[in-house]
Amino acid sequence: MTHITVTVDGVKYVDQVEPRLLLVHYLREVIGKTGTPIGCDTSNCGACTVLMDGQSVKSCSVLAVQADGSDVTTIEGLANGELHPVQRAFHEEHALQCGYCTPGMIMATTDLLRDNPHPTEEEIRDGLEGNLCRCTGYENIVRAVKRAAEAGVTQ
Amino acid sequence: MIPAKFDYVRPSSVGDAVSALAGGGEDAKVIAGGQSLLPLLRLRLAYPELLVDIGGLDELCGVTDDGDHLLIGARTTHYQLVHDPLITEHCGLLAQAAGTVADPAVRHRGTLGGSIAHADPAGDLPAVVLALDATMIATGPAGGREIPAGEFFVDYLTTALAPGEILTGIRVPKLGADWGYRYEKFHRTAQAWAIVGVAALVRRSDGHVAEARVGLTNMGSVPIRAAAVETAAAGAQASPEALREAAAGADEGTQPPADLHGAPDYRRHLARVLTGRALEAAAGV
Repeated sequence: MTHITVTVDGVKYVDQVEPRLLLVHYLREVIGKTGTPIGCDTSNCGACTVLMDGQSVKSCSVLAVQADGSDVTTIEGLANGELHPVQRAFHEEHALQCGYCTPGMIMATTDLLRDNPHPTEEEIRDGLEGNLCRCTGYENIVRAVKRAAEAGVTQ
Repeated sequence: MIPAKFDYVRPSSVGDAVSALAGGGEDAKVIAGGQSLLPLLRLRLAYPELLVDIGGLDELCGVTDDGDHLLIGARTTHYQLVHDPLITEHCGLLAQAAGTVADPAVRHRGTLGGSIAHADPAGDLPAVVLALDATMIATGPAGGREIPAGEFFVDYLTTALAPGEILTGIRVPKLGADWGYRYEKFHRTAQAWAIVGVAALVRRSDGHVAEARVGLTNMGSVPIRAAAVETAAAGAQASPEALREAAAGADEGTQPPADLHGAPDYRRHLARVLTGRALEAAAGV
């Protein structure tokens, strides 16, 4: 077992974990952050995307021990009393059908807009390349990202 | 899936990392970003008994100006390669190719050293460092040594690194303003591996190609240089026709794999077409 200290959504957690524990399992099963879903077994789908020290990562492809000392933001930590502007844009543009990919899409979008506050449509599609929507709701997802960008989201 | 059990250490110096790795023998693996290794662990295609995490070694991170070369720490991420001003100025090919690796989340974690030490022939950066005539810098129990890119990739997922050795850095010659470059990558779906990739560098002089270097991704068990193309292009007119003619030999001496994405003949065809496009773009014609 390895000792880790991780800040998740603003709260500091200290735990003993097995080195093989994936960050996504730590988030869901150890500290109860089930807002982050597990979508695939191949690092492809991006449903489990969270921010680690401000950058998007696939939490199924990070060991919990690698997150020691990091600041992690999940979908649960995004809203601050009211919906985060990216969440609101996804809601307003109906950028989800089943909703399974949505937490990852929203986290990837916040990272994309931090890096590039005014992306072109092509840059949006490239920026969300690592996130798959099996409902193929991409058109509305791209619209939502544009709407969030127009609202001036840079967080 | 959940990886098989392993022991884990996170050393605080390269020396400690080498000791830990050497102590673990054949069953020890280095992990940096883990973007190649973790999927293998999860699918239980790899089951090391010890992981040596070099993620805490900040001295292996970043790019420094070293006269006529750039020294790139092995832990430098793809994201950093894309955004580093020294890379953009002196080695744009590496920034361009790094920007095509997988997707943004993977590029935040994945490292240049990891991609090279993993030595997947479908990975983009091995062919790029090969075309750049880069030098790999390794540290092991017996000290440091340098390995030219041309001698580094030994076989499928196999490099010249000895057990106990860690790739710590990559030395890349700076390219002058007379060099053009292009990484052409062909894949059918987002974030997929290259079915074939071509890294081309062209130095132009008086409307002619003075020198060309071409590295091929996924055209054999290791990344390879398209020697026939380099010879044919040297001295050729910098025109689309002449460069496409030179590219006709791109698949000479290759042994492309057959898999779900394409048969060897298809890859040979892609190599010729993509090499032509890459040379034209690199030559600016």
